[in-house]
Amino acid sequence: MSATPRILYCHCQYAQVLPKDVKEGVLQKLCEADLPFEAVADLCELSARRDPLLKEIATGGPVKIAACFPRAVKWLFSAAGAPLDASSTEICNLRVQPLEAACDALFASTVTPNLPTGKPTA
Amino acid sequence: MALQQPALRVSLYEGPGARKLTSQGRFESIKQLLAQGCSVRSGSPDSNNAAVLVGDFEESVSGESITQERVRVADPAFPEAIEQSRSRTNAAASGQWKPWFPVIDYDRCTNCMQCLSFCLFGVYGVDEDRKLQVQNQDNCKTNCPACSRVCPEAAILFPKYKAGPINGDLVSDADLEREKMKIDISALLGGDVYSLLRERTAKAQSRFSKERDADKALAERQKCLVKLSSIAADIPPEVLASLPKPEEIARRAEEAAAKARAAGMQS
Repeated sequence: MSATPRILYCHCQYAQVLPKDVKEGVLQKLCEADLPFEAVADLCELSARRDPLLKEIATGGPVKIAACFPRAVKWLFSAAGAPLDASSTEICNLRVQPLEAACDALFASTVTPNLPTGKPTA
Repeated sequence: MALQQPALRVSLYEGPGARKLTSQGRFESIKQLLAQGCSVRSGSPDSNNAAVLVGDFEESVSGESITQERVRVADPAFPEAIEQSRSRTNAAASGQWKPWFPVIDYDRCTNCMQCLSFCLFGVYGVDEDRKLQVQNQDNCKTNCPACSRVCPEAAILFPKYKAGPINGDLVSDADLEREKMKIDISALLGGDVYSLLRERTAKAQSRFSKERDADKALAERQKCLVKLSSIAADIPPEVLASLPKPEEIARRAEEAAAKARAAGMQS
């Protein structure tokens, strides 16, 4: 199991809920950084299909996921039979985070776990 | 539509036998592959069981250590080659279905089965432990979040919905207050949504048999659902327009009730 956090990027291909400049900006920065990463067209679709890639991601050690709300990502993986490890998963929420903040979090060498547990309220 | 096929896995290959891509070339290639519904690995020597390698391959590759199918990024027919690979590997087709379906937050769900009882489209079911599950995602009506509106715990997410908490944003105290006020739709309608629907259906059927007026029967069903939508909100017009026939509504209602009874949560 690698200690270096892996990166998963969701393109949310089938909806316009991620700001285009943030979504494409993050992908552009990933390509410029020359880092290994996984990019998926749509995390929701992979969840519905129970795509084996999600289990590989969930069981492969620390991971940073650039997608949407942590609560949604958590339960999308769970629905696919691939629960994420809350202690080693960090979600960058491209729906609300500005590009720079999302990239700073994504490229930081340490994982700051932020999956919700229980019934947190805003 | 069966949701059993995984996405086509592609690796953006920049190892021996291929030229390194520019960051812009990498970006454009990945964007194209994502638009075609692929899962893409980039920057890793491990191709992650990819069915296809995409790269700027040199004319002659010595060693031939690459066993996967290769597609050149510079080839104008690159997108077509990916589609052919998809067909050959029986991977999921792209864009045939907008992935819109409910996702359950089991930290909040109390297994009350209101969603199962409410959904007309057989999206929900229960597992062998009588625990609520989303079983038929592709039955869900695109852009309809109605079941999340009846959930008393704000436990049903639609990640592509525009607003929180349905989109997965944290549930606020104000949201919980709204949930309390939401009450139970079936109670608002006199105890049981499906009883109301059946009653309406029976009246519509009776009228239909007397008048043989399909338009009136349809109008009656729509009136009933419009009433529901005015309470539940967010039931899109296309859902109302695509309502099943009265017999089908009654059949689905019976099925849903049977599922809920089996789960021991509904009389």
